[in-house]
Amino acid sequence: MAGDGISMVNPGILRANNRQTLLDCKDIHVPDALPPLDDLVACPQCDTLHQATDLPDNARAYCQRCGIVLMTSQPAAIARILSLALTAFIMMIAAISFPFLTLDAGGLHNATSVIDAVLAFDEGLAIPLAIAVAFFIVGIPLIRLGALIYALGPLVREQPIRVGARKAFGLAETLRPWSMAEIFIVGVTVALIKVAGMAAVTIGPAFWAFAGVVVITVLKDQLICRYSIWEALEQKAG
Amino acid sequence: MGSAGTEGGLITARDAGLVACQRCGQVHAQDALYCKRCDGRLQSRDTESLQRVWAWLFAGMIAYIPANIYPMLLTSTLVERSESTIIGGVVELVEYGSIGIAIIVFVASVVIPIGKFLAIGYLAISVQRGSQDNQHQRHKAYEVVEFIGRWSMIDVFVVAILSALVQLNTIATINPGIAAVSFALSVIFTMLSAQSFDSRMIWDVNRTAE
Repeated sequence: MAGDGISMVNPGILRANNRQTLLDCKDIHVPDALPPLDDLVACPQCDTLHQATDLPDNARAYCQRCGIVLMTSQPAAIARILSLALTAFIMMIAAISFPFLTLDAGGLHNATSVIDAVLAFDEGLAIPLAIAVAFFIVGIPLIRLGALIYALGPLVREQPIRVGARKAFGLAETLRPWSMAEIFIVGVTVALIKVAGMAAVTIGPAFWAFAGVVVITVLKDQLICRYSIWEALEQKAG
Repeated sequence: MGSAGTEGGLITARDAGLVACQRCGQVHAQDALYCKRCDGRLQSRDTESLQRVWAWLFAGMIAYIPANIYPMLLTSTLVERSESTIIGGVVELVEYGSIGIAIIVFVASVVIPIGKFLAIGYLAISVQRGSQDNQHQRHKAYEVVEFIGRWSMIDVFVVAILSALVQLNTIATINPGIAAVSFALSVIFTMLSAQSFDSRMIWDVNRTAE
């Protein structure tokens, strides 16, 4: 098969330096001679090889076979990701400190923070669920933001990366599907409609802070191009 | 040499005798164990993927049964005490006249979970059989399942918010029912099932069959 193709490549010798690499959708055909391994990118979802070249700004490169986005090229993406992550982190702190929703009915009054929402499940079997919900809506988003800030901070200041920066970025990406702040906001909307007939509900400042976190997180995740960030982390590893 | 050529002349890292990192895309020689760029573990194909997919999928389906039988919400007011299941909650919303919200809840708690069970089962079976059909559609299905699965959690969060908010002593209280726990578990298990699926297997068949 293609075994003779690989024998011509000696990985480890060839290193791409300071390449603003982004990928072109150049197909790689039968590998008589493969380009250096550092110039190759494999699609994480279908394993198809592509050759990396420079992408113009604001362009996206898609996998030739399965069509997922392999890379994006946004000018100053890392600085923008870092600033959005810092903003979201601060707003998240506000979102868990202030009252979230307030309910008034028949002279009784009940103010709820996000933490109260989590502690609703505080009896018996429901405790593990309480912990899981706390993680989904507050814990994991905060861990992701913290890890991104830790990993990308020195990159923006052109300094060598911190110890464990690669682990931190890997963690932030692994946790991505488990961060459910945006789903929580939709859940809150549904809950508001269910309660609306029963009592007067006032929306507190934390609700808006939380909504802000959701919007900023979406914008931030749109900017993350894994390939470029891993490459930047590698180059600054020293 | 020509045997590696497939659709459009594209080849995979495995065909080229290489192994690719799924986290960062870096390509390595086949005997590498860890990625030199991101330290991730390298595996050309996850050989135990399907076992884990099936195990989590069955766990998710089993947890989904009590989630539908038992009450999700326990509501007590001055005059009555009521329990509502997932479907009961949707019916209530329709009675309030909130058709749009009822549809959102119905889709998130019934259509998406069941659709996910079917889609993951279909993907796993088609990979086991070495099917060569509809690779693009199957890959799309996989992406949709990965993207949309988390949204089933809506109902769990609704229960969380309602039971925190509506605690007005005698007038009205809402508490979570046992179904909230099993539904959350069902969603978590199916998310793990979808994540265990190695989508590269969808594209492998036409090469091995050739």
